Amino acid sequence: MRLGDVMRYIEMETITSTVKALAIDANCNIGKSFIDVLREALKKEKSGIGQNVIEQIIENDTIAMEHKEPMCQDTGMVVVFVELGYDVHLKGDLYEAINEGVRQAYEEGFLRKSVAKHPITRGNTNDNTPAVIHVKLVPGDKIKITLAPKGGGSENMSLVKMLVPSDGIEGIKKLVLHTIFYAGGKPCPPLVVGIGLGGNLEKSAMIAKEAIMRDIHDVNPDPVLAQLEKELLDEINELGVGPMGFGGSTTALAVKINSYPCHIASLPVAINLQCHASRHKESVI
Amino acid sequence: MYVKTPITDQDIAKMRAGEIVYFSGVIYTGRDAAHKRLVESLDRHEKLPIDFKGQVIYYVGPTPAKPGRPIGSCGPTSSYRMDAYSTRLMKEGLKVMIGKGDRSDAFVQDMIVEKGVYLQAVGGAGALLSRKVISSEVVLYHDLGAEAIYRLEVKDFPAIVTYDIYGGNLIIDEVKKYQIKPLED
Repeated sequence: MRLGDVMRYIEMETITSTVKALAIDANCNIGKSFIDVLREALKKEKSGIGQNVIEQIIENDTIAMEHKEPMCQDTGMVVVFVELGYDVHLKGDLYEAINEGVRQAYEEGFLRKSVAKHPITRGNTNDNTPAVIHVKLVPGDKIKITLAPKGGGSENMSLVKMLVPSDGIEGIKKLVLHTIFYAGGKPCPPLVVGIGLGGNLEKSAMIAKEAIMRDIHDVNPDPVLAQLEKELLDEINELGVGPMGFGGSTTALAVKINSYPCHIASLPVAINLQCHASRHKESVI
Repeated sequence: MYVKTPITDQDIAKMRAGEIVYFSGVIYTGRDAAHKRLVESLDRHEKLPIDFKGQVIYYVGPTPAKPGRPIGSCGPTSSYRMDAYSTRLMKEGLKVMIGKGDRSDAFVQDMIVEKGVYLQAVGGAGALLSRKVISSEVVLYHDLGAEAIYRLEVKDFPAIVTYDIYGGNLIIDEVKKYQIKPLED
């Protein structure tokens, strides 16, 4: 497309209604394929208490889907990833349109308003805004919106650590295993573990969050990372933490690692834990 | 075991780590902000607006109730955030705390001294746990929204004893059983 060619116009109401629908759906409907993952985990779980916990999670998620109720009372702070086509012309303020969608979803969808106004003086914004919004420009004339209500329990147990190159794979593994072991039941395992390797301080955190948005069944196209994902999953499940930290063989359901080139002096590692209410939905406009 | 609130010393004596307890009767909710206010009242030597003798506090901030439902989704929140406040409330008679996750070693010692018991409900099972709640009403700190103190009437609300008054520790005992290799330092 050359400059001056016809662009695609998108109304703000379309963004708002899409965000609203995604936020309600993400909170109430974990999706059948994730429940299948939990059923598989249940078959392998060695602890009786652990099995009971997974059964309760499956029953809970099924009730939530059937009755369109939030599966968890922590309906999160909303994270929105926008992939914005170069050839889209937005007829208004994208950020405000997204926040309006969040506002409507949390009021009309009976979701909990979980955003404090200020990190020190606290208070509550009373409408669950603002969302945390990340916009990326991509080719094309479409907008892809990925929305994740992210709970505080698992986010609180996440971290970024600046390792150095000599720490290597062993250093990365040690950090991941320590983080998950000492987090215990607090991040609500069984977890999806998102790891960001490389970039810098903020880039590592960003790609770790993107990693937990990946399809739970996908295979990492990078063979080094695919191998590390597999090894870490096994080693995490040997920690004994188990479902909700009650002990057992299912501490994580998946490990997803995204990477980015980094400074010759650095090896940034971000670990973003996702609880078993692994909620993310996407839509293309 | 099945217990009715308020909780007696005999009930506490019977709660051992690993036991599943089904609570019926009135329990109170409370999270970070409400705990902070309660302890600030005690710092000012005020009488607490709720008598916590023999009571149960459930760490939860529910979602708003849909029409026709007594409460919204109401699973437990992480308990360690209340460690800074809970000893003061046990000194006022609080007996039972229900939440999720482990607590600090120092707080676990305080629980043994104050004869309090900590139990966990299943985190993230908020829709399921809401089926155990018969009624809910905000009784204190309305302005805190989901963080207000609610009075809940529950029937057979399930939780597993995690730390008992004898030093029993469900987490350490159970994790050990399934840990294949110890964590390197």
